[in-house]
Amino acid sequence: MSSDIIEVVHVSKSFGGVIANNDISMTVEKGKITGLIGPNGSGKTTLFNSIVGYHPIDSGSIKFEGKEISKRRVQQIARLGLLRTFQQTRIYGRMNCVENMLISIPHRKLDLLDMFSRNSPDEYEKAHQFLDFVGLYEKRLLRAGSLSFGQQKLLEFAMALMNDPTVLLLDEPTAGINPTLINGLIDRLKRANEEFGITLFVIEHNMRVIMNMAEKVYCLAHGELLAEGSPDEIQNNQDVIDAYLGAH
Amino acid sequence: MNSLGLKIPFYGLILAFGLFAPLMFPAYTNQMAVLWLMIILSLTWDLQGGQMGYNSLGNIFFFGFGMYVSAVVQIGLVYDVGVYTRASGGGIFEFTPVQYYTGLALGMAAAGVLSSISAVILGRIVFGLRGPYFAIGTLGVAIAAGELTGAWGWVGGGQGITMPQVPGDPDSAKYFLYLLNFSLAVVLFIFLSWLYSTRFGQAINAIRDDEEKAEGMGIRTTRYKSICWAVSAFFLGISGAVFGNMIGFIEPLEVAFQTINFGIFMVVMVLLGGKGTLWGPIVGAVVFHVIKELTWTYLLGWQWVALGAMIVIIVVYFQDGIMGWVKRKKPEWFGIRVEEKEFAGQPEAAE
Repeated sequence: MSSDIIEVVHVSKSFGGVIANNDISMTVEKGKITGLIGPNGSGKTTLFNSIVGYHPIDSGSIKFEGKEISKRRVQQIARLGLLRTFQQTRIYGRMNCVENMLISIPHRKLDLLDMFSRNSPDEYEKAHQFLDFVGLYEKRLLRAGSLSFGQQKLLEFAMALMNDPTVLLLDEPTAGINPTLINGLIDRLKRANEEFGITLFVIEHNMRVIMNMAEKVYCLAHGELLAEGSPDEIQNNQDVIDAYLGAH
Repeated sequence: MNSLGLKIPFYGLILAFGLFAPLMFPAYTNQMAVLWLMIILSLTWDLQGGQMGYNSLGNIFFFGFGMYVSAVVQIGLVYDVGVYTRASGGGIFEFTPVQYYTGLALGMAAAGVLSSISAVILGRIVFGLRGPYFAIGTLGVAIAAGELTGAWGWVGGGQGITMPQVPGDPDSAKYFLYLLNFSLAVVLFIFLSWLYSTRFGQAINAIRDDEEKAEGMGIRTTRYKSICWAVSAFFLGISGAVFGNMIGFIEPLEVAFQTINFGIFMVVMVLLGGKGTLWGPIVGAVVFHVIKELTWTYLLGWQWVALGAMIVIIVVYFQDGIMGWVKRKKPEWFGIRVEEKEFAGQPEAAE
């Protein structure tokens, strides 16, 4: 059990009469890439929001590195090193890419006085390296809001790396990205996992992407856990096929 | 955006103008003092309206609060405040130079510190509001403060307080108060240009652009919002203290918590000059002050109509302001450009 970095146990969450997550249990193994799939409205993003503390859960428990985090607030969880990216990309639109990167330094390591000093050369170098890593180095002095959607997505990913997280929750990293760029992104996600040792937990609709990356995949449907297993097992699971084809 | 060789003469010129202009044109000393005050108002508003994206319509509260705090301290050091205000300037209340200057120094300090503290306390309540609700909520605070002060007899109520006079002859007294405004504006400018170059500056910009994202990245948003507003309130409180002494007579609705004059001017000046830039609020304050003086002189009777028309035009057609417009026309002046691929990894000046 010690290799499970996130443990979700019997988590339920409803909004009014809509049960978004019903008694869901799953684990994310440290250092691995775990996938989360499911049809639209199956509760994937709700589960992500629950994990990172955007809303309180109705029942159950969520643990990160063995610590209960279901009662903590978003900023506190982020400072523990559990970070998420958004489905609708979110960057700081009026700041340039370098500034976007610099303010994404890990805030768990900063005290109040650090906030009143300038960025160190190391931070600039790291920012430049990660911008180079996602292929945005030439555009680093442009306003982030003027980048294309796909580039903003890459910038958001680079900002997440800058934060030096232990676990990164990615909400549809390839949605809206030019298909020719997807392979490059998969490659970078894998490298982030292998080279920087970041555990990834990925929501994805693109089956090719998730089957390529993940070692274990969970499938949600109608707020319930439908199946779990290796990509092959999931791909051949009749329940999963039915859920995606709308046979329910 | 300028090289150092240009910067030194440029700042030198401004300093020289600031120090000596009132000596050369003594008839305009008060107008120039108000100009520096306008710059203080717009810079402090931009700190949390432009840089942090929290559009407050109630920042005038700190200005009036500081004014009253300073008045109470200045008077209370020597006389009983209740007795002083009841006499409403009719009794003879003398202040020796030592009493006056000590009172003023302590009054300004207390105005700054207490305004900051009030900003932190108010922030606990109103920072839960976003966008237009924050604007209306803060406006409510300022209006309520004016009405409450008007009903409070100990500080003179609606009748106001006659402030102690600066000792010495009127011209040097004027110059002295002018210098207070001028130096406060200079200190504020230097402080802000430093503040915006730190991580704190980036953090409040991040809050402006996407507060939820900033939270999600672990930024301590509540803390920085409080600090930001407290800094703004600190300088506003001091400037209120100075203005109270300059105008000589303070009262709640027209002078201290003047929501429709300075309270709106500070927003208009920033919008005119360009939100979220260091120089925008200054340019806006200068242009606005000139327009205001001209309309008050040549369009008297219609000055509020002219002002209203100007606000409408700015908000509808010119939202980026002067600096924003320049930035859009000449982005390369602000370092917005595509860079060649040469990976040096060196620090570079962030705009």
